[in-house]
Amino acid sequence: MSSTPSTDLDPEGIDWSAPAQPPEGPPEKKPERKIGSLEILAGLLVLLVVFRGPLSELVSGPALQTWTTVFVSVLVQAAPFLAFGVALSAVIAVYVPRSFWAKALPSHPALAVPTASLAGVVLPGCECGSVPIAGSLIRRGVTPAAALAFLLAAPAINPIVLTATVIAFPGRPEMAVARGVASLVVAVLIGWLWLRLGKTEWIRLPHRPELDDLSQARAFWAACRHDVLHAGGFLVIGAAAAATINVVVPEAWLTGLAANEVLAILALAVLAVLLSICSEADAFVAASLSQFSLTSRLVFLVVGPMVDLKLISMQTGVFGRRFASRFAPATFVVAVLVATLFGAVLL
Amino acid sequence: MNRLTQGVILLLFGGAILRASFTDLYLRYVKEGLRPFLIATGVLLVAAAVMTIWYSWRFPAEHDDDGHGHSEHGPGVGWLLILPVLGLLLVAPPALGSYAANQAGSVAAAPVGDSDYPPLPEGSTVELSLIDYASRALFDEGKSLTGRDLKLTGFITTAPDGAPMLARMVLSCCAADGRPIKLGLTGRAPIDVPADTWVQVTGVYTGQRGKDPVNNVDVAFLEVKSWQEVPQPKQPYA
Repeated sequence: MSSTPSTDLDPEGIDWSAPAQPPEGPPEKKPERKIGSLEILAGLLVLLVVFRGPLSELVSGPALQTWTTVFVSVLVQAAPFLAFGVALSAVIAVYVPRSFWAKALPSHPALAVPTASLAGVVLPGCECGSVPIAGSLIRRGVTPAAALAFLLAAPAINPIVLTATVIAFPGRPEMAVARGVASLVVAVLIGWLWLRLGKTEWIRLPHRPELDDLSQARAFWAACRHDVLHAGGFLVIGAAAAATINVVVPEAWLTGLAANEVLAILALAVLAVLLSICSEADAFVAASLSQFSLTSRLVFLVVGPMVDLKLISMQTGVFGRRFASRFAPATFVVAVLVATLFGAVLL
Repeated sequence: MNRLTQGVILLLFGGAILRASFTDLYLRYVKEGLRPFLIATGVLLVAAAVMTIWYSWRFPAEHDDDGHGHSEHGPGVGWLLILPVLGLLLVAPPALGSYAANQAGSVAAAPVGDSDYPPLPEGSTVELSLIDYASRALFDEGKSLTGRDLKLTGFITTAPDGAPMLARMVLSCCAADGRPIKLGLTGRAPIDVPADTWVQVTGVYTGQRGKDPVNNVDVAFLEVKSWQEVPQPKQPYA
C-alpha cells in the first residue's frame, strides 16, 4: 500500500493525509455492528414514505413551495455539470499519467498559471464541475497556483458562457469581450497571488487510498462515487442557501441601490455571491437587471462564476476550510476591482 | 457511511433524475434542452451505484471505512443528497407561480434588432407569447398588433393594487433564474379567478402602459374580450 504520502509526488508539501486516518492501520476486523448506515438509511426512507402526506403539507405555503422549487431546480440544473466534472476529474485522477501534466504545462509556475487559465476555454461547463477537477489536478502534481487559476477561469471564459453573454446583451458584444478578458485577468492574478502569498498547508486534500492501489476500473468508480457524494453534498448546501436568498430578498430592495454607482457595483457583487446562479445563466439575469449600470453588471458576471455560496461550500469540502476562508475573499476583492476597471475602460 | 449505503444513495439520486427526465417533471425546473444531459447523468449515477454495490459485494473487506478517514467534512455530507431525492420523488414541487412572479420585476422585453417586426400569421385569432406581445406593444407601438384578435396563455397573478395581471415565468437556464413577464389587463371581462390559475385570454391591443412596481420596467396592457380557464401547459415556462 502506498498510503504513506511519498514526498516526490507532492513537491509543495500539501497535507495529503488530512486528519484522522492512520496511514497504515493494522487490518483489524471490525466487529459486526447491528445498526449500520444502511439500516439508518432504510429506516429514514421508510419514515419519509410513510410521512409523505404531512411532509408535502408542510411545504405547501407559497414561500416554502417556491423555495423547494428553486432548490430542486438548482440541483437538477447542476447535476449534469457535476456528473461531467466528476467523471472528467476521475479520468484525470486515474487514467492521465502524472508525466502528462509535466509536459503539458510550463515547468515554471509563473508561466503555468496563464497557460492553465487559458486551458479553461476548452472546458464547456459551469463552476460546479470545475471544483473536483481542480482538486484532481492538484492531486496529480499540477502546481496549486495553476490549478486554482484554471478553477477560476474555466467556468467564465468557455465558449458556451461567452455565447450566452453575447445573446443576453444584443448589440453589445463588448460585454462578452469585457467579461472574458476581465475573468482571465482575475484568474491569472489570483494564480500569481497564490504563488507569492499562498501556503500549501492551507489546502487539505482528503487522503484517497482507493486511488492508489486498486485496479483502474475500480479506482475510477471509487473516485466517481466519492466525488458525487462529496461535491454533491456540498452542492446541496449551496443550493439551499441560494434558494433561501432567492425567496427572502425581494428585488425591490435592489432598485434603490442602482442609482449610486459605487453602491450598485457592491450590491451586484454581493448579489452574485448570494444568488449562486450557474455561469451559463447569469448573463440573462444580468441583462434583466436593467436599472443597473453596465459596469456593475459586468462585476456581477465576473464575480458570480468565481465566488458564490455553492462554490464556497464545495471548495470548503474539497480543499478544506482554511483554504476557502482565504481564497474566496481574496478572489472576491480582486474580481470586483478588475471588473470595475475593465468596465470603466471598455463599456 | 459504508460503501453499500453510498451505493444506495447514488442509486436513489440517479433514479430520481432518470424518473424526472422520463416524465414531464423536469420541465418544472429546467429547460427542455437539458433532457439528454439529465438522462446521461442519471445513467452515469446509476452505473456508479451498481459498480459500487457490486464491488462492495465482490471485495467486501477493503476500504470499507473510506470516508470516515476524512475530516468532519467527509462524505458524511453525502447524506444530504437524500434531500433532492426527497424533493424529486416525494414532494415534486410545482413550477414557479404567482408568488415568484410578484417577487421579481417584469422582464424588460428587448426590441428585436433594428428590423421591423414581421407581420402576424393570417387567421382570425393569432396565438402569441406574452414576451412577443410585450415586445411588439412596447417597442413597435403595437403597429403589427392592431386590428387583430390575439390569444395569450398565462397564469393570473395579483398586482400590488389588487388588479389581476397575466404572467408567465421566463427561464434562461433553470427555475432559479426564472423571471416573470407580466401584462396588465383591461376591458370588460373581469378575470376573477384566484392567483395561479392558468387562463387563455382572447383580446386586442391597447396603448395603455403601466410600470412594474418592483423594478420600474414598462408593462404592456391587453384589452380582454373573453377568457377561459385552461390546464397548466406541459411546458409551463416561456
